[in-house]
Amino acid sequence: MSNDSNYNGGLRESATFDRTTMDEIRRAADTGIYDIRGFGAKRKLPHFDDLLFLGASMSRYPLEGYREKCNTSVVLGDRFAKKPITLDIPITIAGMSFGALSANAKEALGRGASEVGTSTTTGDGGMTPEERGQSKKLVYQYLPSRYGMNPDDLRKADAIEVVLGQGAKPGGGGMLLGQKITDRVAQMRTLPKGIDQRSACRHPDWTGPDDLAIKILELREITDWQVPIYIKVGATRTYYDVKLAVKAGADVIVVDGMQGGTAATQDVFIEHVGIPTLAAIPQAVQALQEMGMHRKVQLIVSGGIRNGADVAKCMALGADAVAIGTAALIALGCNDPKYDEEFKKIGSAAGFYDDYQEGKDPAGISTQDPELMKRLDPVKAGHRLANYLRVLTLEAQTLARACGKNDLRNLEPEDLVALTVESAAMARVPLAGTSWVPGQGF
Amino acid sequence: MKTYDLTEAAVRDLNQALHDQSPECVEREFEVLNPKGQHNIACGIDQNLSVDIKGHAGYFCAGMNKKAHVTIHGNVGQGVAENMMSGTVRVKGDASQAAGATAHGGLLVIEGNAGARCGISMKGVDIVVKGDVGHMSCFMGQAGSLVVCGDAGEALGDSLYEVHIYVKGTVKSLGADCIEKEMRDEHIAELTDLLNRAGVDEDPASFKRYGSARQLYNFKVDNVSAY
Repeated sequence: MSNDSNYNGGLRESATFDRTTMDEIRRAADTGIYDIRGFGAKRKLPHFDDLLFLGASMSRYPLEGYREKCNTSVVLGDRFAKKPITLDIPITIAGMSFGALSANAKEALGRGASEVGTSTTTGDGGMTPEERGQSKKLVYQYLPSRYGMNPDDLRKADAIEVVLGQGAKPGGGGMLLGQKITDRVAQMRTLPKGIDQRSACRHPDWTGPDDLAIKILELREITDWQVPIYIKVGATRTYYDVKLAVKAGADVIVVDGMQGGTAATQDVFIEHVGIPTLAAIPQAVQALQEMGMHRKVQLIVSGGIRNGADVAKCMALGADAVAIGTAALIALGCNDPKYDEEFKKIGSAAGFYDDYQEGKDPAGISTQDPELMKRLDPVKAGHRLANYLRVLTLEAQTLARACGKNDLRNLEPEDLVALTVESAAMARVPLAGTSWVPGQGF
Repeated sequence: MKTYDLTEAAVRDLNQALHDQSPECVEREFEVLNPKGQHNIACGIDQNLSVDIKGHAGYFCAGMNKKAHVTIHGNVGQGVAENMMSGTVRVKGDASQAAGATAHGGLLVIEGNAGARCGISMKGVDIVVKGDVGHMSCFMGQAGSLVVCGDAGEALGDSLYEVHIYVKGTVKSLGADCIEKEMRDEHIAELTDLLNRAGVDEDPASFKRYGSARQLYNFKVDNVSAY
């Protein structure tokens, strides 16, 4: 507050009607329409920062940090698929569409992921040759809109992800605004150039988990049972959703918490629908364990993962792997301070930019403008992403070794404590310094 | 002709045999006996085959079809010819919901009636229904043509993009942004061709044309009441 030029010691700002809230009321009054933006939830939520690891000491035996192996590889989709995916690191790139992102950004994601032996994922709008060409392991999303969906690309995929929802907007569809619809994007989506492209919130040809089971079998038949099939859900009623997904025949389940990003969604949706990633993981793991399917149906968790500690904590809570989206874009150059002047020209600032839907991203990532796109070198950006993924992995390994684990997947809830009552209740681990797990009956 | 009796063979065996023709076709004609409503029959074909299914089929029959000519001599369940790319799928009986959903190309002929959401999100396929179609048919239809020789249910063509819809009978109601349009010579010609390809004997002049008013193509505050 002391750096705020408007601050006057005699004035008191309302906690309820703070300046951001007032600005939104004025914006709504000016325009008559809700705010649409990209990025993910910006409100403060119980998160992985509220957990700590219990490093080994007398009662646990640590591993030597620089010498003893700590395995990071994971096999995904060995329940039914003839060709499960083996990832060298348990950190994958989440689905983000060509259309929302530039072709260069999609290529960079593929390059970065491939450099460190992990997978990347398509998004709404289909599979681009650049992305397929640069992604050694590519997951093809099967979305309600079915934009660009075709059996040839389906068979080129290393896995198929049936998307039921995403953390930023569980229960909602999407909209790619007309200003980002270039000739190429329009052609891939079979729609006229320049019109808004609505993505439905429900699949067009099935309506419930029993139907989904048949749909999954259809996808397996079309691909001759070669590749794993994931089901992705936005985190809400995660316990029940995971049970139904297992019953429907998923090989892998992706749970995306409410901190997960989006290309364009109503702000009210991003901030007020879904549950935090931290709260979703124990629900998913409980569902899998009760069905005897934990580690048999793999669990990928996404939504607000930023560093190796977040990765390790997800895995300690029972995830088999994590997926990153927003963090990957930041590694490529999203919101880079070097473009601060240009961000200001479009009414934003480096570190705050979230109007991905407008297609004016100075960093050349969330745009289809050919001149802006050129700013992102897919080779350099891909290498930056690879570096970042290596750091996440090294950090997660460091923490795992400190807990005496020679495999990231050997981390367990017993290695964690919580700093707050809320996070203890959500993560189902004890409050630090106590044996109290809120809600566990003791 | 190769015959698969699905009381003895699995759907997986049939589909694998159909897929095996993709790189090199050694058997062009297939007959499927006793389908008994099983799901996912003849999906994912990528070859100019002729497949006759002698009975009722379940969900997603001939899904994602490319090039093949599939005839179902009975009724079909949900999502027949979903996401078809090319070829022809003909249903001798009735079709359940979402017939031809998201299909990009080819011709789907339903000689009986089609249920709700026929042609939902269609992206270039031509669909000809000799009977009626259910509610919300052609919802968010993007490209292609839907011909209904009978009646259409509620909310036909809701949130329509560029599909051409032709209906001979009554329309219970039109969906958001779907309007009746003038039937010009080029539309008579298009409809004549569709009916001929489908083998349907109807007078094109007896149909009405429906299409998008294109008022909801861009999200505007003025249209809030339509959403």
